Amino acid sequence: MLGANETVDLMTSDVPVISSKNVWKIFGDNPGGYLSRMPAGHSYDDIRADGYIAGVKDVSIEVSKGEMLVIMGLSGSGKSTLVRCFSRLHDITGGTIEVEGQDIMSLSEKDLIELRRSKMGMVFQSFGLLPHRTVLDNIAFPLEMRGQNRHDRRARALEVIELVGLEGRENYFPRELSGGQQQRVGIARSLAIEPDIWFLDEPFSALDPLIRREMQDEFLRLQDMLGKTIVFITHDFDEALRLADRIAIMKDGAVEQCATPDQIVMKPATEYVRKFTEDIDKSRVVRASLLVQPGATGDGMPVSASATIHDLAAILVADTREMIPVVDGDKAIGAMSRQHALKVLVGTS
Amino acid sequence: MVAVTTHTAQPPSRLTPSFIAMCLFVIALLLTVIQYVGLLPTLLYRLPEAWIPPFAAWLDVAFNFVRYDLALEKVTRWFAEGPLQFMLDTTANILYGKRRWPNFEQVPWSAVAAVAAVLGYSLGGWRLAVLAGATFIWTALIGQWKIAMETMSVLFVAAPLAFCLGLGLGILAWKFSWVDRAIKPILSVLQTLPFFTYLLPAVIFFKVGPTAGAVATIIYAIPPMVLMTTLGLKKVPPEIVEAGKMSGCTRWQMLRHVYVPSARTEILVGVNQVIMLCLAMVVLTAFIGMPGLGAKLLAMMGSFKLGRSFEIGVTIVLLAVTLDRLSKAWVVKLPKHFEKDTPWWIRNKYLIIGLGAFVSFTVLGQFVEWFAEIGRRQSFSQGKEIDTAIKSFLAIDAIQNTTMAIRYVLNVWILNPFRDFLLSIPTVAFIMLVVAGALALGGKRSGIYAAVFFSLVALTGWWDRSVITLYSVISAVILAVAIGLPIGILAARSKAWSERVLLICDTAQTFPSFIYLIPAIMLFGITATSVVMSILIFAMVPLVRYTIEGLRNVPPEMTEAADMSGATRMQKLWNVQLPLALPTMAVGFNQAIMFAFFMVIIAAFIGTQDLGQELQKTLAGTNMGKNFVLGICVSLMALTFDMAIMTWAETKKRALGL
Repeated sequence: MLGANETVDLMTSDVPVISSKNVWKIFGDNPGGYLSRMPAGHSYDDIRADGYIAGVKDVSIEVSKGEMLVIMGLSGSGKSTLVRCFSRLHDITGGTIEVEGQDIMSLSEKDLIELRRSKMGMVFQSFGLLPHRTVLDNIAFPLEMRGQNRHDRRARALEVIELVGLEGRENYFPRELSGGQQQRVGIARSLAIEPDIWFLDEPFSALDPLIRREMQDEFLRLQDMLGKTIVFITHDFDEALRLADRIAIMKDGAVEQCATPDQIVMKPATEYVRKFTEDIDKSRVVRASLLVQPGATGDGMPVSASATIHDLAAILVADTREMIPVVDGDKAIGAMSRQHALKVLVGTS
Repeated sequence: MVAVTTHTAQPPSRLTPSFIAMCLFVIALLLTVIQYVGLLPTLLYRLPEAWIPPFAAWLDVAFNFVRYDLALEKVTRWFAEGPLQFMLDTTANILYGKRRWPNFEQVPWSAVAAVAAVLGYSLGGWRLAVLAGATFIWTALIGQWKIAMETMSVLFVAAPLAFCLGLGLGILAWKFSWVDRAIKPILSVLQTLPFFTYLLPAVIFFKVGPTAGAVATIIYAIPPMVLMTTLGLKKVPPEIVEAGKMSGCTRWQMLRHVYVPSARTEILVGVNQVIMLCLAMVVLTAFIGMPGLGAKLLAMMGSFKLGRSFEIGVTIVLLAVTLDRLSKAWVVKLPKHFEKDTPWWIRNKYLIIGLGAFVSFTVLGQFVEWFAEIGRRQSFSQGKEIDTAIKSFLAIDAIQNTTMAIRYVLNVWILNPFRDFLLSIPTVAFIMLVVAGALALGGKRSGIYAAVFFSLVALTGWWDRSVITLYSVISAVILAVAIGLPIGILAARSKAWSERVLLICDTAQTFPSFIYLIPAIMLFGITATSVVMSILIFAMVPLVRYTIEGLRNVPPEMTEAADMSGATRMQKLWNVQLPLALPTMAVGFNQAIMFAFFMVIIAAFIGTQDLGQELQKTLAGTNMGKNFVLGICVSLMALTFDMAIMTWAETKKRALGL
């Protein structure tokens, strides 16, 4: 099975913001004791037969600064559990999780609260809004908890309200808002403390498809503006492809593959991942950079490495060249085979 | 997370609960027959006196130890004479001008009525405004203001205290599982304990009168508050909890800002129950000398003044309905936002109108005496006239013949033979019958509890009185089923009728139980029939209610499937609706039995020969051991039924996938 360690991180070279090593989360009576005497190589079903549930199974994954990692999987695959381990809403059974170099399992209750008050924000699938508080008070809630004064927290809350486009709704109660608006409140609340790390647990799954699309655009706009480190959970592959820098696909608590979207599509590590990607329009995901053969050369107008094959469709069909040069910015990085690219375009690759 | 269930194959065994139940039943039958033939040794028929352990004396020793040696009495007396008396005096002074601190004048009745109306309007519109206002106007005009306020002044102290204690205990039980485990059994015993058992310890530890009344009321009202609080806190959605944690809440902040506000609905339902139970109990504390509506009602019924009893009954019912509707309206009222820049006097308009009404009527009362206080002679009480009317109505030959006939038939042909039959069953056989029933209904656990509980009852030496208590309960519940089920089934046929009957049931359920004695006494006088009648009316309410709810909640696709299969109405009822509604109906049946156990003790007031009578007698003395033993007898019998029926209903529900 492929872990995160095998994939090369293309995005940043900094110390990872979140770094998890061999993380286990087992549910049941005395899971710690069970894990310590469990023979190595026990499968999910073996563990289940012993009366335990492996929520997270030996996961090692890193998230770099400014990166958006999307965790993908069907319901029950352990993706929500994993993100709750990162934020220590769940205490893990084995392994280590470091956030900005600090082992979060070693934090005292006070330090943990401090970490959440200053560094972490989280958005929930069914919003998790407090029903008795207005939009403004919900958004100002984390600020109130850390003891900011009334005036400051109001000013900050109004700022975020404007950011998510809820002006004029400050005094509404959650039940007076539509689902999309409620999730905007959830997003605003998670941003109020200006967190460095942003967890989103299927934030758009409870919304209608049209609203979902709109919220994804909104989310990308916010991310462009704020550049946070993000762990985003979804069970919707299209959503993952749209948003992710890297995708981690989970099954039965374990990570099947963690890689960039086009790698996942073109080079699925396991049969499970391949099945997942079967129906995807690969040309919209695969970029020229993935097909490039380093060292190869071609003639004529180069194409950009970051363009998807779908973007290049017109050129590919009309052109007659065998090899098309590819450039990353100004630098030539090689050339790609037109035949190969066409195969991706028509979906026979 | 998913719970893993392991299926262990059960070896086939002939000793299934139903088989054992069958055997027990046959043996019990045989024993009874042998007894009738006269061959049964007496010690199997009734436990010999010498074998009965002196539970009462032991308990007395224990009580005295706690009372004197641990000086509990000093503490409680201090509490009763100090803070509690102070609080009661304060509310009493404000509500009916008792000359104590803070030495205000009595609040004018018109001001109270006006504030109640404004409160009613703000919570539920003009209907509630009329109800709340009219209740207080009625109370004043009928000349019962002072006694009503005596009752209310205790309620105003008891309900908030019961709320706080219940909330606190509920939070503790939710937070620490050992507290939960410790108080769960105590709560279920408290809920089945006859109220006379609350009263005597209250009198001994907290003096006769309002203080003891308040304490008994508080203890009586706590259990549902605890249960609702725990329920509400457990139901807070996990994402809200996680959102709170991720917002960096400390434990206290979680509780204060996340858990308690999110459990608002359940907590407010608890408040509603606290208020209703407090009112019911305050009325009943008349038995230990608590003045107010209850005491007056007791006195009037005692001297057979039906007119005045009726008027007081109406007042109590109106107060109960008003308090119930107001607090229920509060449960469903959710906050609504105001548009930006709404001025403060619009945001707080009800508060301002209420204050304004209060002040203006108070001032008005200073000048026009009538608005402050309605004297005895000015009141519109028609007690004597109603009395005459009722009595002459009852004296009409046709009416008298009917009630006499019902009385005769019930007493001579049904009730007395049934009672004699129950008494003729040997103790051992009786216990076997109960255990057999519990086994068949609730399985092994219920059977064992039934055996232990009823053996304990036999050991207390109050067997005959317990059987008589049981006889009243069983016969009243059977009659209630005979009348209530058809009503429920008929009403459930149409939506409109269901709603109407449910509304009546809802309203009737808010009446303090004492009220149910009034119609029974009116029709049947002070006889055994009216005991059964009052229990019957009281127990019918939950029966009808749950029958309707059970039938109406049968999934529509099932009735549609029956219709499409060409079922006639009767076939549909027997084959689809009733089987599916049965678990819910069983809950109603169980509640009917619990209500009956409660009412049968109150009916001791009419004159019975059961445990209630003995219990009532203990109130006059200080015989706490005996009082407790009697109370526990009732509680144990009630718990046996409760456990068996509820287990059955739950298993059945699960089996039907409801």
